[in-house]
Amino acid sequence: MSRLADQLAAGQFVVTAEIAPPKGTDLGPSLEKARALRDVTAVNVTDNQGANMRMTPLVPASLLIREGIEPILQLTCRDRNRMALQADLLGAAALGVENLLLLSGDHARFGDHPGARSVFDLDSVHLLQAVFGLMEGRDMAGRPLQGLPNFFAGAAVTPEAEPFDLMFQKFSKKVAAGAAFFQTQAVFDVSRLERFLDAARPLGRPVILGVLLLKSANMARFLNANIPGVRVPQALVQRLEEAADPREEGVAIARELVAHARRLCQGVHLMTLGQEERIPDILA
Amino acid sequence: MIISDQKSKEELLDLLAEKQRLFLVGCGSCATACKSGGEEEVFRMQEWLQSQGKEITGSVIIDEACHIMRAARDLRHHRAQVEEADALLVLACGAGIQSISANSDKRVIGGLNSLFLGNIRRFGQYEEKCSLCGECMLNETAGICPVTNCAKGLLNGPCGGMEDGKCEADRDIDCAWHLIFERLKRQKREGVFARIVPVRDRSRQRKPGRHKLDR
Repeated sequence: MSRLADQLAAGQFVVTAEIAPPKGTDLGPSLEKARALRDVTAVNVTDNQGANMRMTPLVPASLLIREGIEPILQLTCRDRNRMALQADLLGAAALGVENLLLLSGDHARFGDHPGARSVFDLDSVHLLQAVFGLMEGRDMAGRPLQGLPNFFAGAAVTPEAEPFDLMFQKFSKKVAAGAAFFQTQAVFDVSRLERFLDAARPLGRPVILGVLLLKSANMARFLNANIPGVRVPQALVQRLEEAADPREEGVAIARELVAHARRLCQGVHLMTLGQEERIPDILA
Repeated sequence: MIISDQKSKEELLDLLAEKQRLFLVGCGSCATACKSGGEEEVFRMQEWLQSQGKEITGSVIIDEACHIMRAARDLRHHRAQVEEADALLVLACGAGIQSISANSDKRVIGGLNSLFLGNIRRFGQYEEKCSLCGECMLNETAGICPVTNCAKGLLNGPCGGMEDGKCEADRDIDCAWHLIFERLKRQKREGVFARIVPVRDRSRQRKPGRHKLDR
């Protein structure tokens, strides 16, 4: 069992963060960032995030394991068909990766290769099913495996999405397909979060709240305009606008959200975007 | 029908460099309906090519350029004009262009780009509704195809990028799953939301497609 699985099973409040693989072959900065995150429960390694081409996350994930840092390997359905996804999953298991975050993937239109063909042979629900098939010893074609992977497979949810019932349908399908935990998109509106958790709680899956560190009112406006599924309420934009020190205000907002997570969720996923040194302040 | 549009004049000139004498082929079906290769467009093309110093040996509008045997027959009827030409310029979809290239050893130059199988909203406004996937699921999605209308072709509900019922890839269009959800609700049925839709059998889209009726 991974540390993440153990701690969630034990009812401990988990903390996750994330690194991106390098654009290029120099892994130094990515690993340096991961080392700064040594104290969190597990570190997500993103997969061509935002549809921008980078090194496969499999490589930094396996290097994290060597350093004693537990990775959560992200895999999207955008860039690989069912054969490539299963092949990477078997490779990940052989390298010791246990935690997975299985995603549809951002649309290629907004990335740095807008002319690329998007695959979406599977959707995120199918990918969850494929993972459980591999764990039971068969691939998607029903063929037996020699040596079985052991994964702790999670999925993503956007608690603030509207219409709520439609978003929740997809969430329920992911639960039915076996998602063992959920990491959320960045959430800022606690009342919307509570509505989601009230509906999700009976389904009994741990929810790790996405907390994104805001640096300025401009950044908040940029997120609202450009990042799918993220919305910073006007009241928070104003708080950042009026703050003497917007960066400190951003940390204060994140700290408040973490406090809500401690009350409502089973963990937090911190997106600090280069300000990893502020994590102790956010968790304080 | 097959939606197509004409290649740019610059590209056409480039393609037709060194080709002085041309025979023009249009299509009486889709390319006529979307005004890319009907009688009128072939006539305009002829005038423009002549203004560029080209010589037109003749032209024909084939009823359905995608009909391989009819295309062969129509070319035979114009054999002399075809023989005189350095190349055939075809204003038809990719299927039509290949009916012509299958029936002539002359150089065949396609003048259109084929875009998609489209519905017509009104003249000049076309929308893709069907991807010809070979595994139709419209009966459980309230008559709205997610394979085509969802930017990611997802089968089990919206992605995390849906915002206020709009599509992640284009905020000006409705999320297909939102439309499906609302219509199923009006019909008071669960439809596609009642089950996990299994992975697709993409072998149904194996290329090249072939279909033969059993008689």
